[in-house]
Amino acid sequence: MTQKRRIGVFICHCGGNISDYVDVAAVREAVSDMGEVAFAETSMFACSDGTQQDMIRRIEEENLDGLVVASCSPKLHLTTFRGVSRRAGLNPFQYTQVNIREQCSWAHTDDRVGATQKATGLVRGAVARTAQSSALVPLPVETTPASLVVGGGVTGLRAAIGLADLGLDVHLVERAEQLGGQVASLGATFPDQREGRAMIDELLSELDARAHIAVHTESTITAKSGSFGNYDVTLQGPNGQSVTTRVGSIVVATGAASYVPEPGEFGFGLAGVVTLEDFTRGIESHAGRLHFRGQPVRTVVYVYCVGSRQENGNEYCSKYCCSAAVHASVEAADLDPAVRQYHLYRDIRTYGRHELSYEASRRRGSVYLKYADDDPPVVEMGEGGRLRVLTTDRLTESTPLQIDADVVVLVTGLVPQQNAELTSLLHLPLGSDGFYSEIHPKLRPVETVVDGVLIAGTCQAPKTISESVASGLAAVTQSGAMLMRGVAELDPQVAVVDHDACTWCGACAAVCPYEAISHQVISARDVAVIDPTVCKGCGGCVSYCEAGAIDLLGNTDAQVRALIENLVEVRA
Amino acid sequence: MASVSHPRILVFSTTNISDPGIDLAGSRHLHYPASVFTLSVPCSSAVRPGWIVDALEHGFDGVFVAADGDECALLADCNQRTARLVSLAQAQLTELGIAPQRVTMAALCSVCAEPFVNHMREFSAKLAALDPAVHAA
Ligand SMILES: Cc1cc2nc3c(=O)[nH]c(=O)nc-3n(C[C@H](O)[C@H](O)[C@H](O)COP(=O)(O)OP(=O)(O)OC[C@H]3O[C@@H](n4cnc5c(N)ncnc54)[C@H](O)[C@@H]3O)c2cc1C
Ligand code: SF4
Ligand code: SF4
Repeated sequence: MTQKRRIGVFICHCGGNISDYVDVAAVREAVSDMGEVAFAETSMFACSDGTQQDMIRRIEEENLDGLVVASCSPKLHLTTFRGVSRRAGLNPFQYTQVNIREQCSWAHTDDRVGATQKATGLVRGAVARTAQSSALVPLPVETTPASLVVGGGVTGLRAAIGLADLGLDVHLVERAEQLGGQVASLGATFPDQREGRAMIDELLSELDARAHIAVHTESTITAKSGSFGNYDVTLQGPNGQSVTTRVGSIVVATGAASYVPEPGEFGFGLAGVVTLEDFTRGIESHAGRLHFRGQPVRTVVYVYCVGSRQENGNEYCSKYCCSAAVHASVEAADLDPAVRQYHLYRDIRTYGRHELSYEASRRRGSVYLKYADDDPPVVEMGEGGRLRVLTTDRLTESTPLQIDADVVVLVTGLVPQQNAELTSLLHLPLGSDGFYSEIHPKLRPVETVVDGVLIAGTCQAPKTISESVASGLAAVTQSGAMLMRGVAELDPQVAVVDHDACTWCGACAAVCPYEAISHQVISARDVAVIDPTVCKGCGGCVSYCEAGAIDLLGNTDAQVRALIENLVEVRA
Repeated sequence: MASVSHPRILVFSTTNISDPGIDLAGSRHLHYPASVFTLSVPCSSAVRPGWIVDALEHGFDGVFVAADGDECALLADCNQRTARLVSLAQAQLTELGIAPQRVTMAALCSVCAEPFVNHMREFSAKLAALDPAVHAA
């Protein structure tokens, strides 16, 4: 770029959130002398409608080719000011947001001089960086109006119905023989007593009523190629036959598995020691008496947090289990009001409305005994074939208690599915706990870094049915937002190769986990080419190129060095 | 340019993971030295070793790379990748006569407000104990 850049700078008071701790006028003074700065101004609230209008006017009048706003965290207003730029005809990628609130004024309320110097450095650096920016254009891609749903549990079923109702073609793949997942095998579920099976049957009849849903049971995905908006997926059925189909988005709803206790864990393996899942499925009433698998039951002991919240195991809380166990005890008491039930717990987490079940359970006579993390209950076989449970209630006294029980219910949590093949095929990001991770738990709760690949239900983390379904519907909305327009835009901030500098050593291609880099011959030279529709813009390849041929757009070498070299003065 | 007090630290932080943690430190008014500057990158493995060297040659006394840890949604092995580029930078620094301990990395999560502040205090103290001249004589 030969012509000098014209950059406008706005420094925000944020009421007093910034200006109480940073001398914003001094910052403005200190950046005004930079050659590229067309003007620098302060404003009371940069994000206010009035200031936004003002910015648009100034960008147009001053014919700016760069904009810097020093205000709050980009998390809050990056999109706002990118929008301002766009409306003023300035390329949004020539806009730079500087965080002088969360990362300056608020962190240094004790140091006005230091905070002002820091803000000055940050704004000067941002101007220098913006001067090196270039216009980037999102890549338009035509999308296929179809979705693939992986997993036919409650989440996948509800998502398939929602997608079909948007007018999209849907392929639903389920690796088991039957649809329904975990919920299909549940008896009465919390919070409303609805039978799991009945809920699934209702969804299945909805599914049948929609012509645009193709169901593939006993099937798995064996191949995936293409990129966002147009993925070609190959599904393999029970007899080895396979079909390839093109879809615009993929909703992964592969669920979780129930934790299976180790032999001997709280007596697991002894007759009468069962998981909650088996218990709820096996209880019934005969002549007003509770029976489990045909045998009368007088005393039930529940042991909570089995396989969850373990320091060297699954550290997370499985979330559904307290409510499910409490609910099961209400069920059992309704079948037989005389049954004695003891709950050995660490903390009862019947959050939200599930608290009412806890109340109901106590009213029906359930006794809750809190055990210490380092002093878990012991389950053993006592005389006469009855189970004996030894525990200490932390809340009352330290005397050990002995409870003779007919059934000991281990309240097990959820663990990630074994799905290594699918995970690597779809490049699904795994968290350290083994569940799939979304981009942002609050703001982008069902999107993954792979555009068009969404996650929902318990494959993300333990969830209740309503939370699972809610995330499934969020994935429907996201798919709709991406596919209904027929074209989508991809983030242009991807890696690019300077073909003159590239020597095709292949180092970058070997380290890109998304397989975005391929070998091509361009002008009779062997070079690396990065597919902008596949590249995720992580920058992981950049430092592997010894020739320095790769740049990450938006964070180019020139931009970052300009920023670094303008933050502080060099010590004399 | 801004005449900032020493020791000055440049933090390479990631947009989605450590930036929110550092933002949170500010939102809670947890103080750390105003001579700490943060620069965001999409993933810690996107940092060029040359940028670290550049910072130390342009007025910074230390560079802290906030690695994504296991939270990174982009690269599963970004910790190893980041460790690799940090050691590449350290090798270049040693050749230039700059103490390699001026670069450090640690995992910072999206709610790691206190850990960030503690890291900054500790790293500042370590840097203050070094010879003020970045280049050894
Ligand atoms: C014992 C127990 C009791 C519970 N009680 C309650 C309750 O009372 N109330 C409540 O709200 N919640 C309860 N829950 C939680 C509830 O079961 C979950 O929220 C729900 O099952 C999540 O649905 P999902 O579709 O996400 O996953 P799942 O139900 O696990 O379904 C996932 C489906 O994906 C399929 N699949 C997996 N991998 C692949 C692959 N690679 N290819 C194709 N298909 C694949 C699986 O075969 C399965 O059919 C309970 C859970 C348990 C374990
Ligand atoms: S690492 Fe650099 S030189 Fe080697 S192929 Fe990739 S871009 Fe070309
Ligand atoms: S930036 Fe990441 S996704 Fe893009 S080519 Fe490089 S390693 Fe692959």
